[in-house]
Amino acid sequence: MNTVRAVVRYQLSGALKSRWLMQHTLIYLIIAEGLVLAAGTGDRALASLINVVLLLVPLGALVFGTMHLYSIRDFILLLLTQPIRRNSLFSGIYLGLAIPQSLGLAAGLALPFAIHGKLSGGVAGELALLIGLAVVLTFVFTALALLIATHIKDRVRCIGVALGVWVAMAIAYDGIVLLAVETLSRFPLERPLLGIMLLNPVDLVRVILLLSLEAQALMGYTGAVFSRFFGSPLGYGLVTIALLAWVVVPFHLTRRAFERRDF
Amino acid sequence: MRVVQPANASISVRNVSKSFGSLDVLMDVDLEFSPSQTTAIIGPNGAGKTTLIKAILGLVRPGKGSIHVLGESVLEGHSYRRHIGYMPQNPTFPDGLSGREVIRLIQTFRDVENTRELDLIRLFQLDGMLDKQVRTLSGGTRQRLSALLAFMFDPPILILDEPTAGLDPLASASLKDYLHRRTETGATVILTSHVMADLEELCDRVIFLMDGRVRFDGPLELLRDQTGEPTLERAIAQLLRRDVA
Repeated sequence: MNTVRAVVRYQLSGALKSRWLMQHTLIYLIIAEGLVLAAGTGDRALASLINVVLLLVPLGALVFGTMHLYSIRDFILLLLTQPIRRNSLFSGIYLGLAIPQSLGLAAGLALPFAIHGKLSGGVAGELALLIGLAVVLTFVFTALALLIATHIKDRVRCIGVALGVWVAMAIAYDGIVLLAVETLSRFPLERPLLGIMLLNPVDLVRVILLLSLEAQALMGYTGAVFSRFFGSPLGYGLVTIALLAWVVVPFHLTRRAFERRDF
Repeated sequence: MRVVQPANASISVRNVSKSFGSLDVLMDVDLEFSPSQTTAIIGPNGAGKTTLIKAILGLVRPGKGSIHVLGESVLEGHSYRRHIGYMPQNPTFPDGLSGREVIRLIQTFRDVENTRELDLIRLFQLDGMLDKQVRTLSGGTRQRLSALLAFMFDPPILILDEPTAGLDPLASASLKDYLHRRTETGATVILTSHVMADLEELCDRVIFLMDGRVRFDGPLELLRDQTGEPTLERAIAQLLRRDVA
């Protein structure tokens, strides 16, 4: 545990002194403030923020995670010659990457609402849910970034694969699902769709957030089915398990790959 | 040619082979390294020097064979690394950290109360450098910091990859004096270098690797006698020519 804490502390110290954390926070701050100014502090601003968060958080975590692992590759080599467990070093690197990103996006998203005096009432709960789920996505995609960077030695190929994963999960998946729904509209697809949502954390988070804004009416009959399912104890349980699995499984797979690879 | 090593070897490498895909990098390498001995591992690029060092450090897992450091298997744990100080070829440190922060980080990994930090800061003239961000330091200063990190716990085994690269003559002389003192007090030193004069000055044993196999293992004098060449550089060239022929 000492090793994990020491590695997290050194990464946080490095992040606080480098420009990337400030830039990361500023991006979310500017976007959130812009949307608050344009659409007010109500559900409209939050609905717009959801789309931005669902695109930017996976992209930021994937690109930053892969680049970071490459930039400290030689230092990792030096650390691995110390009497420490590889597992502990990996956990420290993972947490030291995901925690500052999460803090940066939480501050960037919450500050404009705080400045405009809207951190109480219904909006505050929805904003907290948005930030909480954005943090979950940060942890998921940081683990995926490290998984990619652990397996692929070539930096350019690694970034290419990371961008491919982002396009597939944050953009294409939704489009393919919509195409399938349109093509197969004669069949009752609501239940299979529930399963499909659980297979992509971005879509899962999107559905939870839209339902929290009571925007299910926009999704027609499917929205009603989703609302009934996700509002039930079974739905809550499944969603929680699916999100937890999306955090734990990539982390565990990456830690195992890190443990076994030659440096 | 093999040299019979004393029984109290600090590192034993037993029939180690390693392949990366279809490329055999180490083949049945069988070696021992003893206390109070400085060994140079030399060979052309791709001979397997770095892979052998990385296997001893636990960074690369051998496909076959075993490696023990002071009796502990390198495949069964990490605690044996407390006995090793390692200087990498190109020391790289993360942005945003000062030299002092890097030293503190490495110290948290080892349960050692008294380190040689202050003596080594003086020896390598690092005073006034340690509060600057490491990325702003020159290559030579980073190399001196790397030497400090490797030596500060007084480990009984030192593994040094091109230790004098980038060092000015003063720092290079300080490092070599330090290594002489450590060997006299029982340390096991393994190093690689392309500077043959350094190897001649420091080493009492040479291991010559070629295509993943040990082609020569013995004292420097024996290598000179066998090849009939007066210097290490010419003796190595002679070995390479023989191998090509």
